[in-house]
Amino acid sequence: MGGEAHHGKRRGNFIQRTIDALTETLERSLYAEQFSEQRGLLQQLDPRVKFVSMLGLIITAAAARHVWVVAAVALCALFFAFISRIPIIKSFGPIWLGMFIFSGLIAFPAIFITPGPTLATVPWLQWNVSAYGLQSAVFLLLRSEVSITLSFLLIMTTPWMHVLKSMRVIGIPTLVVVILGMTYRYIFLMLQSASDMFEARQSRMIGKLPDKEARRLAAATVGVLLSKSFQLGNDVFLAMQSRGYRGEVYTLDEFALRRSDYVAIPFMLLIVCTGLWFGLQ
Amino acid sequence: MVPLLSVFAAFSFIIMMFNLPLPGGTTGHATGAAIAAIVLGPWGSILAVSIALAIQAIFFGDGGILAIGANSFNIAVVGSFVAIWVYNAVAGKSALTASRRVIAAGLAGYLSINAAAFVTALQFGVQPMWFTDANGAPLYAPYGLDVAIPAMMIGHIGIAGLAEMFITAGVVAYLQRSDVALLSLTAQKDAESKVDGTWAGTRRLWVMIALMMVLSPLGLLAAGTAWGEWGAEEFADPAARQAITEASLGATPPVDSTPEGLLTLGSWFEAPIPDYAVPFISNEVVGYIFSAVMGTGLVMLCFLLYGAIADRFRNNNGATN
Repeated sequence: MGGEAHHGKRRGNFIQRTIDALTETLERSLYAEQFSEQRGLLQQLDPRVKFVSMLGLIITAAAARHVWVVAAVALCALFFAFISRIPIIKSFGPIWLGMFIFSGLIAFPAIFITPGPTLATVPWLQWNVSAYGLQSAVFLLLRSEVSITLSFLLIMTTPWMHVLKSMRVIGIPTLVVVILGMTYRYIFLMLQSASDMFEARQSRMIGKLPDKEARRLAAATVGVLLSKSFQLGNDVFLAMQSRGYRGEVYTLDEFALRRSDYVAIPFMLLIVCTGLWFGLQ
Repeated sequence: MVPLLSVFAAFSFIIMMFNLPLPGGTTGHATGAAIAAIVLGPWGSILAVSIALAIQAIFFGDGGILAIGANSFNIAVVGSFVAIWVYNAVAGKSALTASRRVIAAGLAGYLSINAAAFVTALQFGVQPMWFTDANGAPLYAPYGLDVAIPAMMIGHIGIAGLAEMFITAGVVAYLQRSDVALLSLTAQKDAESKVDGTWAGTRRLWVMIALMMVLSPLGLLAAGTAWGEWGAEEFADPAARQAITEASLGATPPVDSTPEGLLTLGSWFEAPIPDYAVPFISNEVVGYIFSAVMGTGLVMLCFLLYGAIADRFRNNNGATN
């Protein structure tokens, strides 16, 4: 039993871990998509208004020179999530935790090694908590959490294709938007192929693959995916050409501002401007 | 080009999720920038990897929206160019199926991700110099170059670099067996006709490595001692104490000269090359270069040794189970 636990599936098997990662990605985006259909406040707004507002809030948090302004933007984001009927803990909990651990690892040593006035001393270890270090660690964590919360709010309340289309408001070329859209679709196709390849191998395997073999398998899988990508890219290009594609891209643009948008625009503008005004003082 | 770029961006995205087992029991993720550059060329690779990074940041919340530009520059631009440069320099005009190309690809992967990490560390490291509030507390990344560079490089020299090396070399070896045409896009023109070239093509690479080693005395230009790296003698010297006070933003070091722990522990460990100056070489700059060469060799040896021990340990474990 002990040996079994030691070579547990999640820990020891690289194939299983990769399949898990691929499936998790699929699940995450499917989970995000289901909320864009619900009737909440953000779902009602024009994607362009949402895109620019969220970007404005992220910039406000990034530019702020006071922790409380970043915290205020964070509260704003939570309020938007609440009135958009997004379950906050269930949706953001895992993302926040992941971000907290990752950014926390980077921010933690700063509390002790940044030069500055000492706030307190850790008993036993005799490490001095520096005021400046603590402040910069809080900044780092809070800014990452705010940025990720706002971008997920946009993604969860807006279908991906609408998010892409709304990017043209800030001057991103249509061609880039088209490539982003096609890439997103191919990601799912390739996630499926990669997952299938690993599962096929996994189903025929007993025990643990030696590391050397595992690396060879990973490289071969990447190689197969690469060949497939080339084949697929060329096929799709020919298919597009045969349907009249000559290098120009036309998209349907059905966005139109509604009454709710005209209320939202000055409101969002007010929040962003206030945040920037206090943040930059 | 549109569908091809999209497909390759999707490919780059998937590669970033592969969990690769590394010697020594750890696992790592590769960026795929090096293999993309080897197959697509640097320009195609820059676009594909940047798009993958943008989708990761916007849709999957990995990387940060406002950091997309910096991420793309470091991983896609720096990574792709260093990769193709190293690959072509080492592979030269060797045949597409030559094993030299596998080595070239491995080196390209290893050096490109490390170059990207170094540029990233520089970007982190300059932030506390430029962005502080009225009191001097850092507003963004809190670590200076003296912390950011070693912190970034240790992880990349040890783990991420190996992941990129294995995946790049492995894919090139795989393509040599199954789809060699994919390697012909970026290979030098008469590569196919030649059986196997000489190692003359590696000259540029050696020049680059030598340059980096010769440039290592740049570390001497940094005034004084790195913050926190004080020795017992610096606590005793009044001038050095003043420097420590200034570096610590006014916080004076303990009054009764040297911290006790430093005195006791400091005498236990004598670095073989204290302050990076080799004892029998009087010129400090020459000593610095010599130390860099030895340090590089030592790091390589450590990794080989660690890999060998880890392999043996695992084999023994496998035999008893």
